[in-house]
Amino acid sequence: MEPLIEFRQVCKYYHMGDTTVVAADHISFQIFKGEFVAIVGSSGSGKSTCMNIIGCLDVPSEGTYLLSGRDVGKMNKNELAEIRNELLGFIFQQYNLLPKLNLAENVEVPLMYAGVNKLDRRRRALESLERVGLREKWRHKPSQLSGGQQQRVSIARALVGNPSVILADEPTGALDSKTGREVLALLQDIHAAGNTVVLITHDNSIAVQAQRIIRLEDGQVVYDGPSDAPEAVVTPRAAGIRQGGGDA
Amino acid sequence: MSIWESFTLAVKNIVSSKTRTLLTMLGIIIGVAAVIVIVGLGNGLEGYITDSFSAMGTDTLTVTVMSRGSTRTLSVDDMYAIVEENSDYLDLCSPTVAMMGYVKIGAETISSTSCMGVSEDYLTIKHYDIAQGRNLQYSDIALRSKVCVIGAYLNQAYFGGNAVGQTLRVGGQTLTVIGVMEQQEDSMDEGGADDCLYLPYSTASRISGEVSSYTVTMQSEDQITASVEVLENALYQVFASDDYYTVTSMAEMLETMTDMVDILVYVLAGIAAISLVVGGIGIMNIMLVSVTERTREIGIRKSLGAKERYIMEQFVIEAATTSALGGILGIVLGDGLCVIASRVVTSVMEATLTVSPTIGAVLLAFGISVGIGVLFGYLPAKKAAALNPIDALHYD
Repeated sequence: MEPLIEFRQVCKYYHMGDTTVVAADHISFQIFKGEFVAIVGSSGSGKSTCMNIIGCLDVPSEGTYLLSGRDVGKMNKNELAEIRNELLGFIFQQYNLLPKLNLAENVEVPLMYAGVNKLDRRRRALESLERVGLREKWRHKPSQLSGGQQQRVSIARALVGNPSVILADEPTGALDSKTGREVLALLQDIHAAGNTVVLITHDNSIAVQAQRIIRLEDGQVVYDGPSDAPEAVVTPRAAGIRQGGGDA
Repeated sequence: MSIWESFTLAVKNIVSSKTRTLLTMLGIIIGVAAVIVIVGLGNGLEGYITDSFSAMGTDTLTVTVMSRGSTRTLSVDDMYAIVEENSDYLDLCSPTVAMMGYVKIGAETISSTSCMGVSEDYLTIKHYDIAQGRNLQYSDIALRSKVCVIGAYLNQAYFGGNAVGQTLRVGGQTLTVIGVMEQQEDSMDEGGADDCLYLPYSTASRISGEVSSYTVTMQSEDQITASVEVLENALYQVFASDDYYTVTSMAEMLETMTDMVDILVYVLAGIAAISLVVGGIGIMNIMLVSVTERTREIGIRKSLGAKERYIMEQFVIEAATTSALGGILGIVLGDGLCVIASRVVTSVMEATLTVSPTIGAVLLAFGISVGIGVLFGYLPAKKAAALNPIDALHYD
């Protein structure tokens, strides 16, 4: 079976003045359709870089990233925008809803850029809101909702275009543990319904909710395997002094 | 995503920050309103001038002559002969003698009345009608009769409406009133069009000297240039120099005047249009601020699949909508000001001056304001479209 996401020796370098920061150092892995994978790592491990590349917000400096068999690294900005629109659903830590739009309009945004007509857009947005249990509130503005509810709207938005991959970047980071658990349960439901979910987090307790963990450190993969194996949550290498760059 | 959706999105954004939008539009509003009022004033002025000249007769030519020595002179008969010879172009002719003296009626001296010695055709040339009595006749001219036709104002004010048969004095001569003219203006005033007196030019030239100017009508208003030319050629043959006569066409003067008004209006409208450019820069400024403020929104939209073109379109359409809205408000304001200006000018100048902009000027002002929005919205839109989605998403 062809992998949905495939990293082949992906490298990413950032140039900051005279120094070059290696954010991704020959990373290779494959994610197949229907998997629930957590990419785990502390700040500066390269997980955000991975997430940007998987999300087609960025392209590798070296190596190849194949999404559904297509080489993303060779695409221009417009093609990347199309890929993001069709194949990816983003869930952000800060929800990133548009404050001036109501919930239905927020969920409709990806469909709007996909050129879906107004009636279908509204119908599908309401269906998607129904899945996260917020259909009745579709007229509300995001600011009228709690954090957990806003995150559910952003999940509805990620699902609405029927993407191949749901990409969740610290989805529980801004939530208290109870609502965080609810959001995770929702992600598990989505996975159970057949979606491929990639979860990016620094938190082991959240990562273990996934089936499989890819642990990154200093831009390299240090563990790739089932989440219930004891090594999955152990940091195998002592944390050394890392070269700048922060959470690049 | 269609243009219409971009437009509704733009309207939503505009509506959500009303005060800012209004302030942004202010430059455009003022610019468009100023252009409309100025063009309107120009139109009003042009209309006023045209009306005034038409009242004087645009089909008339005014000829002024001087004598050159004792041999080269033009007598009244010579002038009539010239008009007769060129009857293809020229129609009626009347010598005119402006009188310097005051009119005396009984014991009263009236300084405001304009007195003129004319021929029997003059009132026809000027399209004046006789209300009472009769017009001047050829015999009055030939006999140098001491008679006159007076305006309605003198008749009402000094003769109680029964002037015919009464007498008055001009320049020491006693004249009998033989006719009263129809009222010209709605309200008769001292020094107005109805405060006038016409006597035979032969009688007048005895008091005030030689005839030196003529009013000649043309057969057709379409032949102004040709008519002026034949008259000038005939006069040149008499004087052998073009320094001793002038031929002035009312129509040409009107054209010169309206041309001058046009130039004035263009210059003033151009100055007003500078405010449109300033308004455009204001829009650009606010749009740039708006791009910075909405960096995160742009990042979100990009991450959800918005191509650069859509982001660009959104900002350009928003700028264009803002300035178009400003243009519409400016048109409304300008039209309102035109109505007020009409009233003010009419009451101050005691003349009817209708300040009304042309449809063309209104459409042009609107078009320019939309164009300015697109032009000045382009730079901020380009900046927005070029934002890197990762940076934009992490922007706070």
